Amino acid sequence: MTSIDVSLGQVAAALTLVALAAAISRWQRAELEGDILVATVRSFVQLTAIGFAIEAIFEADTIWLVLALLTVMVVFGALTARRRADRVPGAFLPLLVALTVAGATTLGLVVALGIFEPEARYLVPVGGMVIGNAMTAAAVGLNRLGDEVADSRAQIEATLALGATAREAAAPIVRRALRSGTIALVDSTKTTGLIFFPGTMVGMLLAGAEPVDAVRLQLILLYALLGSVAIAALLATTLAYRNFFTPAQQLRDLG
Amino acid sequence: MLFALRDVSYSRDGRRVLDSVSAELGAGATAIVGPSGSGKSTLLRLLNRLSDPERGEIAYRGRPLRDYEPLALRREVALVPQLPALLEGTVEDNLRYAARLAGEELEAERCLGLAGLGGDFAVRDVGRLSVGEQQRAMLARALAQRPSVLLLDEPTSALDHAARDEVEATLLRLRGELEISLLVVTHDPAQARRLAERALRLDAGRVVAGGSVEEVAR
Repeated sequence: MTSIDVSLGQVAAALTLVALAAAISRWQRAELEGDILVATVRSFVQLTAIGFAIEAIFEADTIWLVLALLTVMVVFGALTARRRADRVPGAFLPLLVALTVAGATTLGLVVALGIFEPEARYLVPVGGMVIGNAMTAAAVGLNRLGDEVADSRAQIEATLALGATAREAAAPIVRRALRSGTIALVDSTKTTGLIFFPGTMVGMLLAGAEPVDAVRLQLILLYALLGSVAIAALLATTLAYRNFFTPAQQLRDLG
Repeated sequence: MLFALRDVSYSRDGRRVLDSVSAELGAGATAIVGPSGSGKSTLLRLLNRLSDPERGEIAYRGRPLRDYEPLALRREVALVPQLPALLEGTVEDNLRYAARLAGEELEAERCLGLAGLGGDFAVRDVGRLSVGEQQRAMLARALAQRPSVLLLDEPTSALDHAARDEVEATLLRLRGELEISLLVVTHDPAQARRLAERALRLDAGRVVAGGSVEEVAR
């Protein structure tokens, strides 16, 4: 494994670009200087903190600490996604299940298939990416689901009135919500290498890895992410749509 | 007796939409009349169990509505909402969907004919129908389930006079041919008199009159 030393001086030098961003904002009166400052400070504090945490976990090298960290990520991910899905009643539990299953299945498979060793050095960064992307997909999916139910009340009720179950009446909107949760990653996977270089590959190239290794590792991660994103969007939408209906197959009046 | 309502109340967004409604609705054709916002559409929704009353009891053929399996009830007591809301696809896709839910063999041409639409409508995409055509396609779709009661919410509100006359003729024919019972919500007293023999008048969520259509829907 190649490694690379980055000094605090180099990080400080990169702040020049932040200053440039702030200058543009001020010049154009975009009033983003405050947000840019907050973003800069928060990113520094948060990443430094997680860096120490990861270092400690790598040194301890016990699977329990890794699992604890991943659990914290899943819970915070579900809480964050719930804010985006504010039109979906009881969204937290479906999100928690979706992120847990997406994370566990994806990490379980990459270990079982022998792609990565079950070590903190692999599980923590891969788990973070998997859970982060699953969170975004589930949040986008549920956000769309909430909008669709609000917009399609007449059609859902007209279908229920024919004696369709809630599941049948909601099927078209669940399908659309699942699509919108998954499509962003599918699209970016299509254009990867042409329009943008994904982060892992950039990081590895900067760290001095052979391009062929960087590409292969990036492909593994992209494929793993596709799986986890699909699982998360599927579970979140198919579990959450039920909360819009009563046991008597009626569309709840959410006001 | 088809439906018997006893002390039925229902609120929405903190507003009392139906207030202690008691009424008996028999077989045949009954019009539900009254100004907009009087609770007519809500009443139909309760009969189809799209909503449940917060107080009071509704019975269908002598049995409490809550004792019926909601899906089976809705296939027998079909609601045609005021705003057309067809599923994506062709008209026939919609009819087939409804027939399958009710476990009925689909006779698309017959259902379309009953709703005043030609057989060529079967292959038409629902996105390309006029609102009036959609309203009739909704009626055809309900008929594909061979219901014994049709709950119609302003069935001709989007139609011009000619189309309205056609749908009214259809509804009268349905009663003759299929022995189907009709509950028609309408704001038009003349339409109530053309379609129904009895009527119920609602105002501000309360029953203010009930009886023969000539008396109630003047």
